[in-house]
Amino acid sequence: MAHTIALAGNPNSGKTSLFNELTGSTQYVGNWPGVTVEKKEGYIKSDRKHMIVDLPGIYSLSPYTLEEVVTRDFLLDGKPDLIINVVDATNLERNLYLTTQLIETGIPVLIALNMMDIIEKNGDQIDVKQLSGQLGCPIVETSAVTRKGIKELIKTAISLIEIAEGVGKTATFSTPVEKVIAAIITLIEGVVPPETLRWYAIKLFERDEKVLHRLPLSDEIHHQIATQTEKLETELDDSAESIITNERYEYLTEITNRCHRRARKEGTLSHSDTIDRIVTNRFLALPIFFLIMWGIYAVSIQGVGDLFIGWIEWFFGDLIGANLALLLESIGTSEWLVGLVVDGIIAGVGSVLTFVPQMMILFFFLSLMEDVGYMARVAFIMDRIFRKFGLSGKSFIPMLIGTGCSVPAIMASRTIENQRDRRMTVMLTPFIPCGAKLPVFALLVGAFFPHSSWIAPSMYLLGILAVIVSGIMLKKTKAFAGDPAPFVMELPSYHIPRLKSVAIHMWDRGKQFIKKAGTIIAVASAGIWVLQSTSFSFELVEAQESMLADLGRFIAPLFTPLGFGSWEVAVATITGLLAKETIVATFGIVLGLGNVTEGDPTLLASIGAFFTPVSAYAFMVFTLFAAPCAAAIGATRREMQSARWTWAAILFQTGFAYIAALLVNQIGSLLFL
Amino acid sequence: MTLGEVRPGETVVVRKVGGVGPTMRRIMDMGITKGCQLHVRKVAPLGDPIEVTVRGYELSLRKADATQITVEKNV
Repeated sequence: MAHTIALAGNPNSGKTSLFNELTGSTQYVGNWPGVTVEKKEGYIKSDRKHMIVDLPGIYSLSPYTLEEVVTRDFLLDGKPDLIINVVDATNLERNLYLTTQLIETGIPVLIALNMMDIIEKNGDQIDVKQLSGQLGCPIVETSAVTRKGIKELIKTAISLIEIAEGVGKTATFSTPVEKVIAAIITLIEGVVPPETLRWYAIKLFERDEKVLHRLPLSDEIHHQIATQTEKLETELDDSAESIITNERYEYLTEITNRCHRRARKEGTLSHSDTIDRIVTNRFLALPIFFLIMWGIYAVSIQGVGDLFIGWIEWFFGDLIGANLALLLESIGTSEWLVGLVVDGIIAGVGSVLTFVPQMMILFFFLSLMEDVGYMARVAFIMDRIFRKFGLSGKSFIPMLIGTGCSVPAIMASRTIENQRDRRMTVMLTPFIPCGAKLPVFALLVGAFFPHSSWIAPSMYLLGILAVIVSGIMLKKTKAFAGDPAPFVMELPSYHIPRLKSVAIHMWDRGKQFIKKAGTIIAVASAGIWVLQSTSFSFELVEAQESMLADLGRFIAPLFTPLGFGSWEVAVATITGLLAKETIVATFGIVLGLGNVTEGDPTLLASIGAFFTPVSAYAFMVFTLFAAPCAAAIGATRREMQSARWTWAAILFQTGFAYIAALLVNQIGSLLFL
Repeated sequence: MTLGEVRPGETVVVRKVGGVGPTMRRIMDMGITKGCQLHVRKVAPLGDPIEVTVRGYELSLRKADATQITVEKNV
């Protein structure tokens, strides 16, 4: 029979690296049912019989965060045969705090005492034998960096499952607390499986909402539990939750005092402390931060990105596109199909894949920053600003990346743990002008405001303003209301990055983009091509007589209040959904100028017919805020994990764009015309 | 006094963690419990949040939450 091993541990305990070592490269990455918490599964590399489920990184088993609830439910309902608990040896007390709760679930626990290499390097000592005796759990010393102890961990795990042993010793609390727990146990005997009695009793004592609703207990029993709890709370002048937490830590302090010797005297600085003194220094923190951000941006978006864009365009356009067209024509494929495949799908997918190298480099740096421990400091530095409009410091990174491209920006929101904050960040990030919107601005500025250098930068200002205004507005809606997410965050020690885990991280993100966004883009590109090249009787026609033009004529009146009600502009808005830079190309096509760029003098001259300066500015505002391109919508869908939220985001963005452009045109017309 | 009033560089002992709900539970889960020692490391460049050393590691929390924690100097 196949066995299941759950891998549990604190964030930053090295759990993910260990999971990669245990399972090799064959993993399945998905989501826990109904929530946006990532679920990873894989089989032990050497035997393929034991499945390992990587649980989210958590600090406790409280009922308050999604990650913790997912873990609890899996442990109690999924009934894994064994828990491998990854414990960061350099941070023993807080890591073991989770261990004591894992032991209470009644499932055998094997401790992987990780980062032992750092303990040795610091000259600290941990009496592993005694620790194992105190907790009643076998312990294997590991280091994911040097791969020490991995084989032994697997061996121990398999033998523990075979003999079905290894249930640890549960934490003991003070006598009065133990009395109440014993009383609750007698009340719920027979209701829950015997090995989970203590777990449920403690949770009921803590007034854990999720457990209270889950257990079929009579009102009478509920009442008795409540009376016992309240009595002890008055006696000890503290809340039940706080009593348990305190005593759990007291129990652990005693154990770790016995087993753990620190070499470094209190008050001396480690390397990590020295680095931290500089990078979060009162005066240097912000300059250093902006320097790092500028460096990453310059290298990935401008440097490497631009270098590869030419290659990829050549690859898809000249190599694949042109040759495939020749091939298809030579075997007698109809002109219609050749156009669809070559100009529609390949050109469309190619234009999106041009972003892949940039994204990979960007993801590389982001993973690096996370692995080194700097990401937490960024949130620490920026929190003050972002909290003002309902977001946390972690939202800064996506917004910054958004100045390059919304797609990696939306995906970078992954690092925000709180679901509400993450959703809002995904929704608002596209408001920051991305690189693809710049040619559109350049075209209109060139045609209408050739001497006003402030017009283009004003788009950035409007973008930032829109994020702030929307943040404040959205916080007032039901979906985003509520207490601000707690910002109680561990600042992990800096350490030298593990290139392997950085690379795996980078590839994971990149792969998902290529797969998911790729499929959406292919379909969207084909769709737009068909619309733009055929009439309603499905004959190949010029753009002016196409379905797209008819569609443009149909929706154009919608844009009349915004000042740009011609069908040509409406068409450009539709193609802008595919990729913003195609707006310029579309103007070229519908004006019958062929393939032109934003600096083309004829284009600049003829576009004057569609706009007044005010409505041109309104159009820029609309382009800035309206639903992002198909690739960004694909990324939104992926991060939201919900079609409803994706639609909500698109409608909010487009609605915001419409109102903003309407205001610009109406007020502008009064003032200037 | 509360943790919110402690200056950087000072070490205090926790007397009581006030309030209820997710944030307070999180603070306790992270190891800030009655009787434990806290060293206030620094304040973020913009004045909030703060960074404290607790049980041998670094933790950051907002000043608003820190004022819920009653502490005492010098033991």
